[in-house]
Amino acid sequence: MFLAPSRLKDHWREQRLFLARSIAGAMLMIFLTSAVVLRLINLQVVHYEHFSDLSQGNRVRIEALPPTRGLIRDSKGVLLAENLPSYQLEMIPEQVADVDETLEKLTAMNLVREQDRERIDQDLRRHPRFRPTALRYQMTDEEVARFAVARQRFPGVDVQAGLIRNYPYGPVAVHALGYVGAVSQTDLERLDAADYAGTTHTGKVGVERAEEATLHGSVGHRQVLVNAEGRILQEIERSPPDPGRDVTLTLDLQLQLASESALGDRRGAIVALDPANGHVLSLVSQPGYDPNLFSIGISTSDYTALRDDPDVPLFNRALRGVYPPGSTIKPVVGLAGLHYGAVSPWQRVYCLGYYTLPGHSHRYRDWKKEGHGPVDLNGAIAQSCDVYFYDLAVKLGIDNLQSFLGAFGFGARTGIDIPSEKAGTLPSREWKRARFARREDQTWYPGETVITGIGQGYLEVTPLQLAQMTATIAARGARFRPMIVAARVDRATGEAETLAPEAIPPIEVTDDSYWDQVFQDMTDVVHGERGTARRIGLDAPYRIAGKTGTAQVFTIAQGEEYEEDEVDERLRHHALFIAFAPAEAPRIAVAVIVENGGSGSGAAAPVARLVLDNYLLRSDQ
Amino acid sequence: MMLDEPLDRPKPISVAQRLLAGLHLDGPLLMALLTVCGLGLFVLYSAGGQNTDLIVRQGVRIAVASVTMLVIAQIHPKFLRLWAPWLFLGGIILLVLVLVMGETGKGAQRWLDVGIVRFQPSEIMKLAVPMMAAWYLHERPLPPTLRETLTVLLLLSMMPAALIARQPDLGTALLIAASGVLVILLAGMSMRLILAFGALALAAAPLLWMNMHAYQRQRVLTFLNPESDPLGSGYHIIQSKIAIGSGGVFGKGWLNGTQAQLEFLPERATDFIFAVLGEEFGLLGVVTLLVLYLLIIVRGLYIASQAQDTFGRLLSGSISLTFFVYVFVNTGMVTGLLPVVGVPLPLVSYGGTSMVTLMAGFGMLMSVHTHRKLIPQ
Repeated sequence: MFLAPSRLKDHWREQRLFLARSIAGAMLMIFLTSAVVLRLINLQVVHYEHFSDLSQGNRVRIEALPPTRGLIRDSKGVLLAENLPSYQLEMIPEQVADVDETLEKLTAMNLVREQDRERIDQDLRRHPRFRPTALRYQMTDEEVARFAVARQRFPGVDVQAGLIRNYPYGPVAVHALGYVGAVSQTDLERLDAADYAGTTHTGKVGVERAEEATLHGSVGHRQVLVNAEGRILQEIERSPPDPGRDVTLTLDLQLQLASESALGDRRGAIVALDPANGHVLSLVSQPGYDPNLFSIGISTSDYTALRDDPDVPLFNRALRGVYPPGSTIKPVVGLAGLHYGAVSPWQRVYCLGYYTLPGHSHRYRDWKKEGHGPVDLNGAIAQSCDVYFYDLAVKLGIDNLQSFLGAFGFGARTGIDIPSEKAGTLPSREWKRARFARREDQTWYPGETVITGIGQGYLEVTPLQLAQMTATIAARGARFRPMIVAARVDRATGEAETLAPEAIPPIEVTDDSYWDQVFQDMTDVVHGERGTARRIGLDAPYRIAGKTGTAQVFTIAQGEEYEEDEVDERLRHHALFIAFAPAEAPRIAVAVIVENGGSGSGAAAPVARLVLDNYLLRSDQ
Repeated sequence: MMLDEPLDRPKPISVAQRLLAGLHLDGPLLMALLTVCGLGLFVLYSAGGQNTDLIVRQGVRIAVASVTMLVIAQIHPKFLRLWAPWLFLGGIILLVLVLVMGETGKGAQRWLDVGIVRFQPSEIMKLAVPMMAAWYLHERPLPPTLRETLTVLLLLSMMPAALIARQPDLGTALLIAASGVLVILLAGMSMRLILAFGALALAAAPLLWMNMHAYQRQRVLTFLNPESDPLGSGYHIIQSKIAIGSGGVFGKGWLNGTQAQLEFLPERATDFIFAVLGEEFGLLGVVTLLVLYLLIIVRGLYIASQAQDTFGRLLSGSISLTFFVYVFVNTGMVTGLLPVVGVPLPLVSYGGTSMVTLMAGFGMLMSVHTHRKLIPQ
C-alpha cells in the first residue's frame, strides 16, 4: 500500500496530539460540570425557599381522574351495563397507623360490614402501594353523614363519590356480558398502570373483558395543592379524562330474556346466531349469577357459595361446556356421505335395531329397540335412525368424517370475540396417537368410527360450535366468525365504528342440491309425520328445520336397559336440539342443550321452539 | 562485611503496592471507584425505602462487577486489541437478532433470551465500539484522514447506535455513539471537520425529530416545557427539581428526604437517585460525588496519556470521557438541564448490566496501565 512520507507514523507527534485533545476534553468536562453545579446552586441555594415550601408545607399532588366507563347496549339500544353514582368508603393503608384498629372501629360504627372483613383483608394484602382500597361500596346518605361527623378520628380513610357499574337486568346475559371487579395487581401487569392510575374496576370476563380497551377510555389528571395531612386546598390545573366508548352488542335482549325463561331453572345452554353474518343473538348459560355482586365487591362467603355450587353458575357452558353432540350431527354426517359419494339420497339401509361390524359380535344399538326397518337418508335423519349412520360412518371412514366435521369448525375455537372459549375435541387417528400414552390406546379402532357417526365417543363440542354448525347449514355452507360486539360508539361525537362480519372459508360440497336435501331432511324432523320433533311442529306458523340429539352421560352395559326414572338425575342423558327457521329463508339458527334433560325431543326441542317464536313472531321483527 | 547495596536499587514499595501491581490494579482508580460504589449503596438504602434485600442484590452486583474488572485487568491489551473486531462483529449480529426476535421488556425490545440468561447486547457494544474504533486507528498514522474519520463515525459509531436507537433505547444509543465519536476526536480529527460535522448535525436535527418515537418526542417537548405533562414525564422533572431544591446546602439528612421517602419522586432508586442524594445530602453531597467522578475521569485520562500505543491510548481516553457523558447526561437530566433520557447514574443507580460493563471498562484501563513495558521513571 502506498503511503506518502508525511503519512508515516510519528509516535511523538501522535502522543502530543492526544495530550492536547485530552486536555481540551478535560476542559470541556470541567465546563459542563460547572454548568451542573451552577444549576444545583440555582436550585438548592437561590430557589431553596421555593422548593422547600413545595416539599414541606404545601405539596403539589397529581391526582388521576379516572375516565367514565363506556356503556353496553343490546342491538336495539337497551342498556345492559351502566354506571350509577355511588359513595364508597376508601382507605389508603399506608396513611393509617393501625389498620386493624381502624377497621375494628369502623365495623363497630356499622360502616364496614362484618361479612366484608375477609374480602378487605384479601384486598389489603394484594393492593398496589398508595392506592386506596375500598372498604364499603354503595353507602347510604345516612352512612355518609355518620362518617363525616367522625372523619377526624380516621386519618387515611375517606368517602369518595364515584361511579359504580350496574347491570340493570342482573344475571341476564351474564355469561356474554361478563362483569367488572376491583383492579388487582395481576390486572395491572396486563394493563397500562399509568392509564389505570385512578381506575378502580376493570373487566374480568365476557364483553367487559374483551372490550376493556374500548370501554375504559383514558385517564385525566389534576394538579392540586394539598396540606401536610393530604387535604386538598386548591386545584391548580385540570385535564379531563377521555370517557370510554360505548359498545353495542349483536345480542337481542328480548330474545335473550325469552331464551333464559324458556330454559327456566334447568341447567343448560342456548346459543342463537344470525346465519347471514354470525351475529350472536342470544347466549345463555344457566344457572348464571348476578354480576352486580362483583362490581360492589363480592364478599368471600358469597364468592365461596358461587364457586362451590354443584351447578357451577360461574362456568360458561355456552363457550366452555363440552358435550357429545349426539344425533345433532347426523345432518352433517349425511351431508358428508353425499359429498364423498358414500351414499345416495334414495339408498336404503335396513335397520334391525342394532348394527354389527363384519366379523364382530358387538351390537351397536339403535335408540329404537325394534328397529326402523328400511330407511333412506331422509328417513334416517327425520327418525334419527342410529343404524343408518353407524353404517354410513363406516362407509365414510374416520379420515373423511374427521376432515368434514373439521371443516364445520369442530375441534377448534370459533374465534368468538369474547375470551375463554374451549375448542372441544374432534377425534382422529393423529389425535388419538397424541392423546394417549399407551401403545394399544393409540390405535384407532373401527368401533370408534361407528359411534362417531352418531356423535358419541370422543367427539365433544361446545354449544357455540353446535350453533355455528347449524348456522352454516342454514347459510348453505357460508361461515362466519361468531361475533357479539356489533359497534363501538363514541358518545361525545356520536361516531360509530361498526364491526363487519368476518367470513371464514365456506363449506363446499360436490353438488349444491345436497343442501336442499339436508334442508328437507331437517324440516321433516319437525314437520314430517314420523319426525322425532314433530310435536313442536304441529302448530308452528312457520317452518322449522331441526334435529334432535340425546347424549349419553354414562355408558350402559351390553344388554342392559336405560330407565330414565331409575338413574340419578345427574346421570340422565343430556337433551340437545338444533334448529333454524324459517326453513325457506333462515333468519336464526339456534342450539339448545339441557343438561340431564332426558331426551332431545322432549326437553330441548320445546325450548328451541320458544326461542324461535320470540324472534320470528315478535311484532317489531 | 556486607556487600555494598547496589546503587540502582529500586525504591522500596509497600505490601499494598506490590499486591496491587501483582493483581494489575491501579490504586487511585480502584479507591475512587469503590468509594463511589460505597456511597451509592448508602444512598440506595434510603432511596429504596430501606430495603435490605435491594442493598444485598446491589452489593452482589458490585462484587460481580469488581471481579469482572479484576479478570479483565489481567488480560494483556494486545489481546483486547486482537479480539476487538470479533467482539464488535458478534455484538452487531446480536443487535440484529434482538431487533428480529428480541424479548420486549417495558415496551422496548432490548433483551435477548439465551437459555438461562437474558441480556442486552447493547451492553457489549458499549465496550466493543470504542475497542473497534481504537483497533481501526491503531496501525494508521494519525491524525486520521477524512476517509478514516468517516469510517469511524458512520460505520463504527452511528451504525450500531442506530440499531440500538431502533429498539428503541435512545440513552444507550447516545452513549455508544459518544464512545465512538470520542475516539476519533481524541485521535485528532481536524478542527475543520469537527466544525463541519457540528453544522451537519444541527441540520440533521429535524430529520432525527421525524424518526423519533412519539414518547421520545414527548420527552423533548416535556424538557422544553415540563409543566405541559405533569402526570407523565414532566412529573419526573417537577418532582426531581423539588427534591433537589428542597435539599438546600446541607440536605435534610439521610433517610429524611420527604420527596423520596413519601414516594413523590419516581424512579428514585434508579435513574433519579441523584435527586435523592441532592435532597438528603444537599449541595455538599452532590458536589462531593461530582468531584469523585471527576477524579475517576482525570485518573483515566492520565492513564490514557501514559499508554504506550495508539490502541491503549484511544481506548482508555474514550472509556474515561464516555464515563463523563454518563455522569453529565444523568445529572443534567435530573436537574432539568437536559431532556429525560434513560441513562442511569453510573455506579450508583440500582440496576443490572450497566454496572458490570462500566467496571469491565475500568478493568481495561487498568490492563492498559499495568501492562506497560517498564520505562525508567
